[in-house]
Amino acid sequence: MLDPHESPEPYDSFLARHAPFIRVLMTIGPSPISAEFLERLPVLELIVATSAGLNHIDLPACWSRGIVVTNASLAFAEDVADCAVGLLIDVLRRISAADRFVRGRLWPVKENYPLGFKLGGKRVGIVGLGSIGSEVAKRLLAFGCTIAYTSRNKKQSVSFPFYANVRDLAANSDVLVLCCALTKETYHMINKDVMVALGKDGVIINVGRGSLINEKELVQCLVGGDMGGAGLDVYENEPNVPKELFGLDNVVLSPHCAVMTPESFEA
Amino acid sequence: MNNIGVLMTCPMSEYLENQLENRFSLFKLWNHSSPKPDFLKTHSSSIKAVVGNTKIGADANMIDSLPNMEIVASYSVGLDKIDLGKCKEKGIKVTNTPDVLTDDVADLGIGLALAVLRKMCVCDRFVRSGNWINGDFGLASKFSGKSVGIVGLGRIGSAIAKRAEAFNCSISYHSRSKKPNTNYKYYSNIVDLAADCQILFVACALTEETHHIVNRKVIDALGPKGILINIGRGAHVDEPELVYALLEGRLGGAGLDVYENEPNVPEQLFSLENIVLVPHVGSDTEETSKAMADLVISNLEAHFKGMPLLTPVL
Repeated sequence: MLDPHESPEPYDSFLARHAPFIRVLMTIGPSPISAEFLERLPVLELIVATSAGLNHIDLPACWSRGIVVTNASLAFAEDVADCAVGLLIDVLRRISAADRFVRGRLWPVKENYPLGFKLGGKRVGIVGLGSIGSEVAKRLLAFGCTIAYTSRNKKQSVSFPFYANVRDLAANSDVLVLCCALTKETYHMINKDVMVALGKDGVIINVGRGSLINEKELVQCLVGGDMGGAGLDVYENEPNVPKELFGLDNVVLSPHCAVMTPESFEA
Repeated sequence: MNNIGVLMTCPMSEYLENQLENRFSLFKLWNHSSPKPDFLKTHSSSIKAVVGNTKIGADANMIDSLPNMEIVASYSVGLDKIDLGKCKEKGIKVTNTPDVLTDDVADLGIGLALAVLRKMCVCDRFVRSGNWINGDFGLASKFSGKSVGIVGLGRIGSAIAKRAEAFNCSISYHSRSKKPNTNYKYYSNIVDLAADCQILFVACALTEETHHIVNRKVIDALGPKGILINIGRGAHVDEPELVYALLEGRLGGAGLDVYENEPNVPEQLFSLENIVLVPHVGSDTEETSKAMADLVISNLEAHFKGMPLLTPVL
């Protein structure tokens, strides 16, 4: 799997170098796929869109080239949403930390284990209410969470409260779940201001892209005890993960595998 | 009420201890170095209430040693550590803590299933070990859309079903009798349920009938791709059979909150990556612990004021 965002190489040369071999293109989020872009991929056969809509893709250009366009958004979105919810439950209920505790043979010694926090009643702020964000919302509603969101535009068909900016969303949330694409506008959108607004017990779950968060400031907040916890599947400089997080029990770390299930690839 | 003696059986909640100390004359069973029977004899006349939990409740010996006992207020919803027959015989009231912990236990059940299938704890260990530098993690298994089987469709079982449905899981169940108001598929035989589902949740009460209800037959029916999640009682599962099945690959994985001999967990499980082990924390959140403690206090106060109990069992 080739991800230009994970490569230090400039986008254009990365693309040019791999273009002779790229037969499948996976689009995440709304990045436009224009006819000009398609010309740079001469052997492209299939585009798999993981976003809910397809209007960012020049479909006539695809059809004239015989390129098949499919929308696998639900399969991938479900997996990513499952990962986000799993991370949240793990952080609040300390599942990974508890598993370490038991395997470390500490239960007979220490008797009691620190309490976690209830999911029900938590105010969850979803950043980016696309197909992934919607699947996250659907799941968390069943746990008794309330949902609010921020997005580039308010969604008319959705009844969840909308906040025009992420700082206001954070101020009215206990948990932030990052489900949006990484763009110029969303780069480092989660910074110290937002974390302070979220509060000392606030939890951030990131299944989007590492650079949505100012990672340095996140680490400072977590290590300083100024945040409740975090569940991270993505990081600014994968596969490098800030070592300061390794000693924290209120942090759950996942190696960018939110979509990695055989069932998703078969779907 | 400060002269009413209340016996707390073991440490369960500092908040509850403080609340009991403020209202009653609190005896803490674990603070007394003399053997329990002697201690109970010395203070027996003043003890009118017992506050127990899933570790130590009120068995026949204790009930016999406390002639003035009027009520057992359990800091749990499970009643398996209380000799209900003896309580009934002696007219001793029993209360528990239903409803307030339903959500937490169901949340943990789903959390364990996600953790097992998506290998979350293994992933976390992988990242913390620094091994990601050497290569990607590999594949896990999807949770959404899997078929879910629930043993016991009571409060907790229903809450698990509601959550699993949000993940597009199909729901079926086994219980003593078919439940009238649900569309979930009913199995009168637990082996058939296990054969037909991919994730089996144990969420029923522990009784004589449900002791070892998950035995070798059920485990084999669940199979090498099946996952067992136990948020009921350790004794629901034949633990040695479970361990063999996991070691031999006859069962796909397990998420366990409870064990037959807590706090001891079979050591052979510690090297396995397809299981998640947590130390009986089903209702262990700040919010729910307080709610459970408040319910215990409310029941005790109601009893001693001659008012109706809030959550009576007997």
